[in-house]
Amino acid sequence: MARILQLTLNGRARSDAISENVLLLDYLREFVGLTGTKTGCDGGECGACTVLIDDQSRLSCLTLAATVDGKRVDTIESLVSDGRLSAVQRGFHEKLGSQCGYCTPGFIMASAGLLRRNPRPSANEIREALGSNICRCTGYVKIIEAVMHAADLHAAGASP
Amino acid sequence: MNEIVPAHTIGEYVPLVDGPEKVSGRAKYTADLIASEMLAGRILRSPYSHAEILDVDVSEAAKLPGVKAIVTGADCDKGFGVLPIARTEHPLARDRVRYCGEPIAAVAAIDDATAKEALKRIKLKVRELPAYHTAHAAMAPDAVELHERRPKNIERDVHFELGDVEAAFASSELVREGTYNCPEVCQNQMEMHAAIADYDAERDRITVHASTQVPYYVHLMLSQILGMDMSRIRVIKPYVGGGFGCRTETLNVELITALLARKAGGCVRTIVNREETFITHRGRPETDIRLKLGMNKDGRITAVECECIQRGGAHSGYGVVTILYAGSMLYAIYDLHNVKYVGKRVMTNTPPCGAFRGHGTVDVRFAFESLLDDIARTLGIDPFAVRRINLLPSAPTFTDNDLMVNSYGLPECLDWVERQSGWKTRKGKLPRGKGLGMACSHYISGASKPVNWTGEPHATVKLKLDFDGSIVLLTGAADIGQGSSTVLVQSVAEVLGLDLSRIRIVTGDSDVVPKDNGSYSSRVTFLVGNAAIDAANNLKAVLVAAAARKLEAKPDAIECLGELYRAGAQDKGLTFNEVVTEALKDTGTITVTGNYSTIPESHGGKKYRGAAIGGTMGYSYSAQVVEVTVDEETGVVTVDRVWVAHDCGKALNRLSVEGQVQGSVWMGMGQAMSEETAYHDGLLLTANMLDYRVPTIQDSPPIEVGIVESNDPHGPFGAKEAGEGSLAAFLPALTNAIADAVGLRFNDLPVTPDRVFAAIEKRARRRKSNGGGA
Repeated sequence: MARILQLTLNGRARSDAISENVLLLDYLREFVGLTGTKTGCDGGECGACTVLIDDQSRLSCLTLAATVDGKRVDTIESLVSDGRLSAVQRGFHEKLGSQCGYCTPGFIMASAGLLRRNPRPSANEIREALGSNICRCTGYVKIIEAVMHAADLHAAGASP
Repeated sequence: MNEIVPAHTIGEYVPLVDGPEKVSGRAKYTADLIASEMLAGRILRSPYSHAEILDVDVSEAAKLPGVKAIVTGADCDKGFGVLPIARTEHPLARDRVRYCGEPIAAVAAIDDATAKEALKRIKLKVRELPAYHTAHAAMAPDAVELHERRPKNIERDVHFELGDVEAAFASSELVREGTYNCPEVCQNQMEMHAAIADYDAERDRITVHASTQVPYYVHLMLSQILGMDMSRIRVIKPYVGGGFGCRTETLNVELITALLARKAGGCVRTIVNREETFITHRGRPETDIRLKLGMNKDGRITAVECECIQRGGAHSGYGVVTILYAGSMLYAIYDLHNVKYVGKRVMTNTPPCGAFRGHGTVDVRFAFESLLDDIARTLGIDPFAVRRINLLPSAPTFTDNDLMVNSYGLPECLDWVERQSGWKTRKGKLPRGKGLGMACSHYISGASKPVNWTGEPHATVKLKLDFDGSIVLLTGAADIGQGSSTVLVQSVAEVLGLDLSRIRIVTGDSDVVPKDNGSYSSRVTFLVGNAAIDAANNLKAVLVAAAARKLEAKPDAIECLGELYRAGAQDKGLTFNEVVTEALKDTGTITVTGNYSTIPESHGGKKYRGAAIGGTMGYSYSAQVVEVTVDEETGVVTVDRVWVAHDCGKALNRLSVEGQVQGSVWMGMGQAMSEETAYHDGLLLTANMLDYRVPTIQDSPPIEVGIVESNDPHGPFGAKEAGEGSLAAFLPALTNAIADAVGLRFNDLPVTPDRVFAAIEKRARRRKSNGGGA
């Protein structure tokens, strides 16, 4: 069955006809063409598809697109402003929190969600917030440094 | 006026040149390249472990509206495989399926749902055969042979003995033996396998996008499988989400997608899911090791005997190479003589294994460093001391199996981790349940002999310089996240004294870039890095000649300061752009080539069949100390901290070296503590990331990295590999630490809480019954 989905996606109002059983992940990637959000598993295992729904980090692979009707959805593509990387993105870039880059959008969105509610997280708070995201390259050491660095950049005035 | 100095980044902390794309979501991986009119590819996989295929009936599937092409084994009778001597695999099984999950048929349809429905309508008729899921079962005298010319299902039987092993054991002051089991583990890289093939029927040409580490090998195998001339094929490697060896050979996904695209006369995208990615794993084989070491009371190793059996899976892949590495890499870390090695690579009805990070070396290193620790403890020798007394004589040197060692930073690695971990003051003085363990490992910087020997240089890089003053670096080297593109850009920039922003890199499109053998065996920094330096030197010579002409000076009087070329300190000189304008007058757009070839001395020896395996231009070295806490109530082992020193010759990019070393250590931790595949009658049970447990951020310790720079005489700026050599040492360092903490030694991996708890309980029962009897 088709239905109309109305949402605010990356700050823009949209209205799309979608089928009721389409996952938010597939809606974003295959329908809208926002391929920054990644598919890393068969459902709820890895966190690569993390997006923010009303500022809360959520797995788009376990979310039906129909359930975000009337909500704000932010993907990795929303973070760049005026063509410049946000503090979280710079943190991951400058501290090598990203190697192959595939898990990165998920980690960055989960980190962005964390920093929106806690601008100065401790290492343990970072571990807790990123506990359901898997990275296979970094061993996570530099991911923790990246989020710490992002908090510093944000405190120094960079856009979050 | 500010003094102009050449720009310089080698040895600094340099973020990846392709980092902004990755953190912004703009980086396109294969599955992201969505085109309209693209067909969805889906693969039908065998539910049987071993069966003769009697019939594959696709007639009902073909009738389904929206199905555009169906391919089966009948569509391709040619075998593929990375080693020219062992092309045992078909993209789609023909007469037999040999593992549960092996592709049998594939469908291209207008959408995924239609493709899935079509798969359900394909009917199989088979006669099941006895299936062997362990090496032991496959080697039974009456076992059915999986492939021709592999009696008892042994793919390769390796035997060598260098020195007089029997006499050396007989005269050893202590001999000890251990058996070790390392289960199969797999890469589980974050990007699932994907391929897009676009067939141009008008021109009979095909373009394939593949998530691969080896675009050239994919190119070769596409030509072989499609029966198409190589000139009609274009292979593009987009961003790749990790590899760790899983993609160092052509995978069936790429070949099947190409077969579908040609049959459909269009563009097909196949994204296999995580379960299928696990089945297509090419991981580290389950390995059983029996190791015997002889030692004198001073700690000198007198003799080594190692037996190694690998469960290789249903097809050859890199198998012959893996079992050879396991033997040859006993050497080149310690000063060993009198070594006997027996290796068996066995074919079984499980998914094929491959060249997982640390290829062939990891499990044997686990056994060796475990037994070394054990025997040293018996002799009352400190773990550091027993390694120091067995160090190689100073480099340069050759091992008994003819491996060339030109730089050897292991002594400094040992010093660093001993100091940083506070070993001398803390070892043996930690509270109950806490322990320290250490171990060493090493790895090659590129196999010195490529798999496909063509007589070409081992690496080729092109530089293009045009009117705009920008330099384009063209390379086939596949950046899969390890940072090779960054290191290559740095290398060229360093030679020319230019800022990184002057240089753009283009990789991974066979229409544009020179061929490269690929990203495996940690070859890119060493081999392609040297080719990049050669290319940059060649370009510099062209620019210096142009500057000399313009300045009416001799070329050797020209000083190159990157953005300024001048004839002596008093000369106002020419800007880089002025030099470029002058240089272009003769030839127009400038392209230069840089090459690199390994030297014959690095090619290994001929003392036994396969002795070339292990030969490299330079070995990296690693030492690690691991600190653990063992909860004796629950069996849970927590890694509190890791100190690792890695001799990478010279850190071209310190940020990348740290990241690579941390990633290696951490991946070793996964294998040591939680990762293993499990099968039920050949059906993979651990085909998701919840059952195949990789450590999460909550399980992962701080990893402090010390960089040791031994400045290899042949390495690019002195560099050697940094991305693999530190993996292996973690495994024994962990079990050595557990032995230190609770006095229990674990020779079977992974060391799970269940296993630890059972061992603690068993010891308690034994003590109790001993106590009762006394």
